[in-house]
Amino acid sequence: MTDAKQQTPFDVLQYLRQELMPHFLCPGCGHGIALRALLWAVHELGIEKDNLAIVSGIGCAGRTGAYIDANTFHTTHGRPLAFATGLKLARPDLEVIVITGDGDCLAIGGNHLIHAARRNLDITCLMLNNEVYGMTGGQVSPTTSEDRYTTTTPLGNTEAVFDACKLAEGAGATFVGREVTVQTPTLKNLILGGIAHDGFAFIEVISDCTEIYGRKNDLGSSAEMILSQKSAMRPETFENNIIDRPFRPNALPTGVLAHDKTRPEYGAAYRASIKAQQTKK
Amino acid sequence: MSKTEANANRHNVQGNHACALAAIAAGCRFYAGYPITPSSEVAERMSLELPKVGGVFIQMEDEIASMGAVLGASMGGLKAMTATSGPGFSLKQEHIGYGILAETPSVVINVMRGGPSTGMPTRPSQGDVMQARWGTHGDHTAIVLAPASVAEVYTETVRAFNLAEQLRSPVIVLFDEIIGHLVETIQLPAPESLQLIERKWADAPKEGYLPYAAGDDMIPPMPRPGDGYRSHTTGLTHDESGFPTQDPAKAEAMLARLINKVERHRDVVDAADMMATEDADILVVAYGTPARAARRAVKEAREQGIKLGLFRPITLWPFPERAFLAAAKSAKRIIVAEMNAGQLLLEIERIAGRERVSPLLRFDGEHIAPDEILDAVGKAA
Repeated sequence: MTDAKQQTPFDVLQYLRQELMPHFLCPGCGHGIALRALLWAVHELGIEKDNLAIVSGIGCAGRTGAYIDANTFHTTHGRPLAFATGLKLARPDLEVIVITGDGDCLAIGGNHLIHAARRNLDITCLMLNNEVYGMTGGQVSPTTSEDRYTTTTPLGNTEAVFDACKLAEGAGATFVGREVTVQTPTLKNLILGGIAHDGFAFIEVISDCTEIYGRKNDLGSSAEMILSQKSAMRPETFENNIIDRPFRPNALPTGVLAHDKTRPEYGAAYRASIKAQQTKK
Repeated sequence: MSKTEANANRHNVQGNHACALAAIAAGCRFYAGYPITPSSEVAERMSLELPKVGGVFIQMEDEIASMGAVLGASMGGLKAMTATSGPGFSLKQEHIGYGILAETPSVVINVMRGGPSTGMPTRPSQGDVMQARWGTHGDHTAIVLAPASVAEVYTETVRAFNLAEQLRSPVIVLFDEIIGHLVETIQLPAPESLQLIERKWADAPKEGYLPYAAGDDMIPPMPRPGDGYRSHTTGLTHDESGFPTQDPAKAEAMLARLINKVERHRDVVDAADMMATEDADILVVAYGTPARAARRAVKEAREQGIKLGLFRPITLWPFPERAFLAAAKSAKRIIVAEMNAGQLLLEIERIAGRERVSPLLRFDGEHIAPDEILDAVGKAA
């Protein structure tokens, strides 16, 4: 991390593979804002692009990783944390950041999330939660709010919703936070805190799927969706509450929800135990 | 050399332990796995040996994660492996396919047990021969080795790492529970005597770099994270840039290269062992444990004046067809002895014609004895 780098103004384009534009995300999708916040945090931390490894899964969130001008690994559905675990243990020198979605991380990849949290390897896991399987056509996910319509809940969702942050904290994640996309500088600061944290950091970004989920549930335009997320989840920062349809009935807390600096980072602890064994001989 | 010196490196080693020792000697520095009978001793031994050489051992939360972590470590630049058995091998298939498509080297050990499903965990089987070939979805190559002794577990594990690194592909080593748990006295090779192959790392100019552009050998050098290439790796069909494509010509070119790169290197991939095949009237085809019984059967048959030979593929896939055709030249009858309901049998029938081939199959959790082979020879003669 260099001080000089921190002083240069943030230009998102210098972190993007511009030759891949236009990107594939739908108009109004919140993932682009999350991506910007992530790259802003990377910039402020002075992380070299050569040293940055982005590991992503499958789905809309998984595909966003490819736009970052870094070492990018687009892996399999639900397993980016497994790949990232191998990569980080093999290469502790790399800054390893996982980009995943709610289906990728909590459904098919749920087992990897809880064990990554338990292990406390220095990986930052950014879960972009848009409450739906967008890429496959809008099916119900473990975070789809109750009563919401999706292409596989034509009568409204009757399943309970995962609180991903509680899950990660319960499993032992030493840095846990949640933020909405419209609070971009706050989101950037949260991600920055997660990356700087020496251990497993889980960050849930409340994103929006306007085209599929929003349309199906009459949640309004993208601007309305992200404002309603803010009104529901950050009421204290929302002075003129003009939104009469809350984004989700179950409001979730935002900000840094857990930060434990006492637990040792797994990779360092493993290497130290090997060293201790070698010196004993 | 004195007798003591000659015996210095001779050890009684279990097959699974030989596999672990060979992996370390081959330069493996990362192991991720999940406990499963009858392969667990590979993991246990790796957990002991890897820290001694500064490597990383990790027991992951499941079989899928193990293979994912192996690929992640390999992407980071380490030689990496996992070991498993039937049910775990099923779970790893998607990631084996990823390794084939993204061209990420790795070694996957499958100590075969009775199946399908949980089957007979402590009994030997060769029931995964076709799964090793076709277990992951889509058209693809498979490189599968099948050692038949503890010493060969060692040499074939070393060869598996060499092939994985050279061809940038997962390599599967299949042996059955008997070989895995068999203890034999083997001479451990001196580390410096082993010929090890390291993968080619990208050193092309960074401007306009194409991570999947291959030269005449059809194997693109691998970009190492941190070296400044900042390339993209994906399980999606991609072009030379590494980015996804649905262009028919590029899609076909990618898959054709993946298949042809293995074909191009058959000289190092193929391996087979022949015994008394030159004048054989009857040829036994066997690999792994049944090949041990077949050797005895050939010896006894020859003593009785029966012209029996043995063809033992050491590389199962791609099947060493050329060597087999040479070995089967004089054979009027071919007996395929395997511990399954007829898997390599299909390949032998394809090559030699069904009318020439008789099966000798066991899938009851027991091995095939020399007498059973001799009985089959008697019937065929």
